Amino acid sequence: MNIIVLLKQVPDTETQIKIAPDGKSIVTDDIKWIMNPYDEFGVEEALRIKEKFGGEVTVVGLGPKRVTESIRTALAMGADKGILITDDALEGSDSLAVAKAITAAVKDLDYDLIFTGQRGIDDDMGVVGASVAELLGIPNISLGIKVEISEDQKTVTVNRPVEGQTLVIESSLPALITAQKGLNEPRYASLPGIMKAKRKPLEEKSLADLGLDASEFGTEARKVKILELTPPPERAAGKIIEGETPQEKAAELARLLHEEAKVL
Amino acid sequence: MAEGVWVIAEERDGEFRKITYEVVSEGRRLADALGQSVTAVVLGNGMKDKAADLAQYGADKVLVADDARLSPYTTDAYVAVISQLVKNGDPAVLLIGGSVQGKDLAARLSANLGVGMAQDCTGFAAEDGNLVIIRPIYAGKAYAKVTFENSWPQMATSRPNVLSINEPDASRSAEVVDAEFSLDDAALKTKVVDVAKDESGKIDLTEADKIVSGGRGMKGPENYEILEKLADLIGGTVGASRSAVDAGWRPHSDQVGQTGKVVSPNLYIACGISGAIQHLAGMSTSKVIVAINKDPDAPIFQKADYGVVADLFDVVPALTEEIKKYL
Ligand SMILES: Cc1cc2nc3c(=O)[nH]c(=O)nc-3n(C[C@H](O)[C@H](O)[C@H](O)COP(=O)(O)OP(=O)(O)OC[C@H]3O[C@@H](n4cnc5c(N)ncnc54)[C@H](O)[C@@H]3O)c2cc1C
Ligand SMILES: Nc1ncnc2c1ncn2[C@@H]1O[C@H](COP(=O)(O)O)[C@@H](O)[C@H]1O
Repeated sequence: MNIIVLLKQVPDTETQIKIAPDGKSIVTDDIKWIMNPYDEFGVEEALRIKEKFGGEVTVVGLGPKRVTESIRTALAMGADKGILITDDALEGSDSLAVAKAITAAVKDLDYDLIFTGQRGIDDDMGVVGASVAELLGIPNISLGIKVEISEDQKTVTVNRPVEGQTLVIESSLPALITAQKGLNEPRYASLPGIMKAKRKPLEEKSLADLGLDASEFGTEARKVKILELTPPPERAAGKIIEGETPQEKAAELARLLHEEAKVL
Repeated sequence: MAEGVWVIAEERDGEFRKITYEVVSEGRRLADALGQSVTAVVLGNGMKDKAADLAQYGADKVLVADDARLSPYTTDAYVAVISQLVKNGDPAVLLIGGSVQGKDLAARLSANLGVGMAQDCTGFAAEDGNLVIIRPIYAGKAYAKVTFENSWPQMATSRPNVLSINEPDASRSAEVVDAEFSLDDAALKTKVVDVAKDESGKIDLTEADKIVSGGRGMKGPENYEILEKLADLIGGTVGASRSAVDAGWRPHSDQVGQTGKVVSPNLYIACGISGAIQHLAGMSTSKVIVAINKDPDAPIFQKADYGVVADLFDVVPALTEEIKKYL
């Protein structure tokens, strides 16, 4: 089983998002960057499948040079090699453009499975995975919480939670699966793993290396155009419920929810 | 020239899901603003009799694709059919409900059509003939206003529970049309081999009208019973913070937050939850937020419309009793 894992770097979840003076982007100065948490599930699942069936795990990230660090983390967890798609012209690309560049980088690799996160916790889109699958012409299954490869390694069965039910989906291989929390518990990189990762192959590719035309990428080429970013709407200052005892407070809260907020 | 607002209906077991009425209603509002008509697209098996109902919420026309292979939903079958319909019909706007199914469909369909798409939007407007949408990013830590450029149909999904449903108007009717499409078995690479229903009948957090959530302050899994009682009484669903999930007290599917479910109920009651940035990110679009916490400095109080500083083990059972008076 040769497996590709797509890896996005995102701001740490602790980050307070500040809007840049241009009103269309965020201030990135003090951001600590992490591997998208959902991608960690993808890396872990790929490693488990490799441990069972053999093969190679390739991690592919697209972004500035700093993404190298997250790719190294995945290599330290046990992935075999990394590809960083990096090019100044990619800055500001939308999901479809990102998917096109990733597709160009992986289409000629030998793969049976691709994992991506179910969504990036930055743009909250959850689009790149399905788009890569579409562009490659392979099936995709989103929100995998359980992944089983058949003994003959020809099909995969994925449990996928939807509202109020879990669907069990069978698909031919190769296929792309997006990882959801619950799929597994990602391992930590061990110290020997970190040492080894330094020597694992990590290739860099520019748009030209991929045979792509830079004018189709970046902010100017976006089909989804950002007009403005704003802070979340302010919530009006709330009320602290008065009362001598918990009972009194409960009574007052129930009354307010009924009479004032009208939600009961 | 692309014209018309299309909305995709969602069915399960032969019934339209609530999100269908949300997108048909929003489609109507947008179409009125654009001076265009609304076409609802229904895919399924034996849905034709129900299709006309969508007129009451604002559809002018209902396009029905009826085929046994279109129920239950699979990504490949739906994308194959809708892609053909869109190419033939050339709509200006394509609106899909942002349920699990809708987001899955929209993601792949947008790449198939080669168009831009905005996922999980909370506000829709028409400006100068274009769709302009608002969507939370960074799990609600910022909001983006976006539009589309050189890309038709302009395509978006809507966050469940956010869009208001039009009052059904029984006097409205719609033309119901059989869609023309072809579906090649060889192109269908996935199939649903089993459906495990959640027998509890619990409404999913993303669609719940009321949520009662418990965090580390619940002290243990056995204590969630007091939240279940309150939730049952008000017709709500129980959620949890990540700490409660990581402790193994609640299933992963209960987690609310930046790395869990993003929810928008009418009422969110946070019990024993401190209000970490990742938790707030997932519930800040709730309409009314209540916090019950014994620490007056807990950050959750800064987001709460109503705060109760007290021991939740006293307040929650008392609140349950008090609410009975109003139901
Ligand atoms: C990468 C990453 C992703 C994360 N994603 C999420 C996410 O999606 N969702 C999420 O929720 N968290 C997430 N977190 C975790 C988050 O940072 C917090 O750790 C978590 O939300 C805290 O949960 P809590 O409020 O239940 O616990 P605590 O912060 O421990 O708060 C417990 C609260 O209960 C109160 N309390 C205790 N006893 C009582 C009582 N008897 N009566 C009343 N109040 C009481 C206390 O005063 C305290 O405020 C994430 C963290 C990371 C690093
Ligand atoms: N720039 C990127 N580089 C590598 N993988 C990406 C990138 N953007 C998105 N992905 C993958 O697609 C998933 C969904 O991202 P998104 O569609 O941006 O929400 C992520 O979890 C990644 O696995």
